Amino acid sequence: MNALKQLFGGDTRQFGMIFALVALILFFQFRTGGRTLTSGNVINLINGNAYILVLAIGMVLVIIAGHIDLSVGSIAAFVGIAVAIAMRDWHLPWWLAIVFGLVLGAVIGAWQGFWVAYVGIPAFIVTLAGMMLFRGLNQFVGKSNTVPVPEDFQVIGAGYLPEVGPVTGYNNLTLLLGLGAVLFFILSSRRARIKNRTLGAVVAPLWVDVTKVTLISAAVLYATYLFATGRPGTSIPISGLILLVLVLIYGFISTRTILGRHVYAVGGNKHAAELSGVRSKKVNFLVMMNMSILAALAGMMFVARSTASGPFDGVMWELDAIAAVFIGGAAVSGGVGTVMGSIIGGLVMAVLNNGLQLLGVGADATQIIKGLVLLAAVAFDVYNKTQGKPSITGLLMRSFNKPSTPAPPTPEKISV
Amino acid sequence: MTETMTADAILQMRSITKKFPGVLALDAVNLAVARGEIHAICGENGAGKSTLMKVLSGVYPHGSYEGDIFYDGQVRQFRDIRSSEKAGIVIIHQELALIPELSITENIFLGNEPARMGVIDWAEARRRSVDLLDSVGLHDDPDTPIKDIGVGKQQLVEIAKALNKDVKLLILDEPTAALNEEDSQHLLRIMGQLREKGITSIIISHKLNEIEQVADSITIIRDGKSIETLDVSAGGVDEDRIIKGMVGRSLESRFPDHTPHFGDVLLEVENWTVAHPNVEDRLVCKGSNFFVRAGEIVGFAGLMGAGRTELARSVFGRSYGRFLSGQVRIHGKEVQLRNVRQAIDAGLGYVTEDRKSLGLNLLDDIKTTTVAANLRKISRYDVVDRRAEYAVAEDYRTSLRTKTPSVDESVAKLSGGNQQKVVLAKWMFTDPEVLILDEPTRGIDVGAKYEIYGIIQELARQGKAVIVISSELPELLGLSDRIYTIFEGTITGVLNKDEATQENLMRLMTADRADSGLQAG
Repeated sequence: MNALKQLFGGDTRQFGMIFALVALILFFQFRTGGRTLTSGNVINLINGNAYILVLAIGMVLVIIAGHIDLSVGSIAAFVGIAVAIAMRDWHLPWWLAIVFGLVLGAVIGAWQGFWVAYVGIPAFIVTLAGMMLFRGLNQFVGKSNTVPVPEDFQVIGAGYLPEVGPVTGYNNLTLLLGLGAVLFFILSSRRARIKNRTLGAVVAPLWVDVTKVTLISAAVLYATYLFATGRPGTSIPISGLILLVLVLIYGFISTRTILGRHVYAVGGNKHAAELSGVRSKKVNFLVMMNMSILAALAGMMFVARSTASGPFDGVMWELDAIAAVFIGGAAVSGGVGTVMGSIIGGLVMAVLNNGLQLLGVGADATQIIKGLVLLAAVAFDVYNKTQGKPSITGLLMRSFNKPSTPAPPTPEKISV
Repeated sequence: MTETMTADAILQMRSITKKFPGVLALDAVNLAVARGEIHAICGENGAGKSTLMKVLSGVYPHGSYEGDIFYDGQVRQFRDIRSSEKAGIVIIHQELALIPELSITENIFLGNEPARMGVIDWAEARRRSVDLLDSVGLHDDPDTPIKDIGVGKQQLVEIAKALNKDVKLLILDEPTAALNEEDSQHLLRIMGQLREKGITSIIISHKLNEIEQVADSITIIRDGKSIETLDVSAGGVDEDRIIKGMVGRSLESRFPDHTPHFGDVLLEVENWTVAHPNVEDRLVCKGSNFFVRAGEIVGFAGLMGAGRTELARSVFGRSYGRFLSGQVRIHGKEVQLRNVRQAIDAGLGYVTEDRKSLGLNLLDDIKTTTVAANLRKISRYDVVDRRAEYAVAEDYRTSLRTKTPSVDESVAKLSGGNQQKVVLAKWMFTDPEVLILDEPTRGIDVGAKYEIYGIIQELARQGKAVIVISSELPELLGLSDRIYTIFEGTITGVLNKDEATQENLMRLMTADRADSGLQAG
């Protein structure tokens, strides 16, 4: 166990998440008699869930900052229909339509961010209003009809990489990407070791890093194999690539940039952040706006996959995205959460959905199981955090005694 | 306490000792209150007055303290506020426990509603509340929502609520702190009337003139010990006598040696007037003037709520209150500090009074906290250089001797003293010219205090202007080169190190400007 802890940086939460995901995949692989880890199914899984995961990336930032966004499904639907109509009636080329959709998302996000950050209305209310508002606008603009989108636009939701180079029986670009990723992992982990050593920081034993890189590389190579060996004409899906790029960008922004630090600071303790010179209004505005831009992208990806935009696109997406974020270890009270965790959380839900479907479990039972999994994941989290730390009752008691009891130095947040 | 007093004493607290982790809050305190008197408890901030009242009212239950409470002829072991209220002890805190949206009647009967079979008899409640309000001299419509009456009247509603509970011993914690002169006088008269009805009161107040006016006897608490009980009716007790009891300790030599070297005036604030953020017409800073020189440590003395923090935070990028007027000059040049960012950029730093709720993000680790106020210094194209971050945090860890296994540790795990060092590091890393420290040693043990004092003096030696706000007078006297006193938002005086004593500071902190011979410079 100690070795495992070292392997996963002592972060039992992250370890538990990855472990649960792997266990879940193996469980379904076994129960479905190998139908889970097939090229077709995995490609299908990615294509069918990429847009939810895109939403989860935006949602985790919103939740870290201490807010919530209930309007993402409606915004996705509204942008979807607007883009579809723009291509049908204004004959916008596909790429311009995407730009148009993103700009529309930004405008909507600025609207919501204005109310949340500068007027000070709780995001729950603003986005609840947005949920109705943009659902209505979707049906108003589309006259409650379904509007098809052209084939070249469908690439962002259901497209694949082209076949290039010699005929190997595999998709060459996918192979190249997979090998590149493995190389990148090896090199960057080596660089991190050297960097840490020159800093005098704690360097994990070599075997830990080697095992880590080996495991990750093996997983990447296996995924590459699955994606590259699908039926001819398929590869790693374009939607999966979009997701991958976004994960890298947002992972970097959230952990490495000033803006990312400020998001965590505002969510962790708004007053302390403001007294350290952080402009919390600006941060809140940007976070809400960013969410809507990603919702716009998710909406377009979905429309592209389903080849048409309809009046009931995006219903309940917000809840799927929020569930992914909380399974991924974020705290309702803000300040805690990671992009990577949310993606894993989203994948847990996706694999669960997919596996239960393959097993022929009905939609009713699937809902029940998903609900219980969400509850269990968060309960596990709360239990973890209360080990040796104040329980919920402990926190309540402490605030009751606050005026003169020196509070024990523990976080004020209960994570869920 | 002589045994003969026992007969007519409603309350005797004997040798009460209350410990918090690392702090001895009450050390064998004795308190004897005679039936039907008004008994005042006096002491500096943090002397232990409120803790003693919490022991009495059961907030700290029996078993969490040592010593005995005799009340109304028996030994009592209160488990919580309910059990002390049942015995007729009602405490009214400085922050009133009324619900703004509910009416006067609803508040008076909250938790104590006259009901038949669970249905509230509002007619009865209303009838009784008119009587109760009459006995506290309040003639407002009992259906008025609490939020629509002033603080003075709210205080009276609290007393009416206590009377409804058949109060025998009424405890008032700073009842007039938020009241104007007229309301205060009214409240004191009501206290006199309650005395005639046989209700015993304990009053905690910093306003010594009021205590002199209303109290029958006074118990003085200092450093968690009961020092003496003065009998006012016997005569000879005036404000001077009370102050002498409150500050009578000797100054221990618990400050590192320090020889100041003053430079030019670095920060100058003029006619600084700020209003309360929510309360219309209430000024928290009334035309304050002060200055700090390079290399100087300037103290701000004042009682709780006097407006020291409000002054500091309003200067620090208007982070408190509504700015009305005033100028800030740095190096003689007028600057506009409209937000915290501008204040930091202009060379100001402010270490908050309340570390946990205002100063730290307890979810962060040490290195993230250390660089939080000056991320740009270690970033390129807005990307944080984590190597530099680590190095900076490590530097401060060594130079400030922060006790932690590594800078990756969460700040929540540190002791108060080490947390404060991390906060100091955070502000030192912004390289401020003027550093304002608000209660820099609150909740910190003695050893760490000495180290913090050393850091403060080192900052002054480096030519920074340092402002220290503190409720501990010995700390201000030991640390400061000059001390301003604040009373109710007004700077009432400024004393040099050699002329300042606890007595004259306390006088300036409790008296109006008119009473003092010394005026702000």
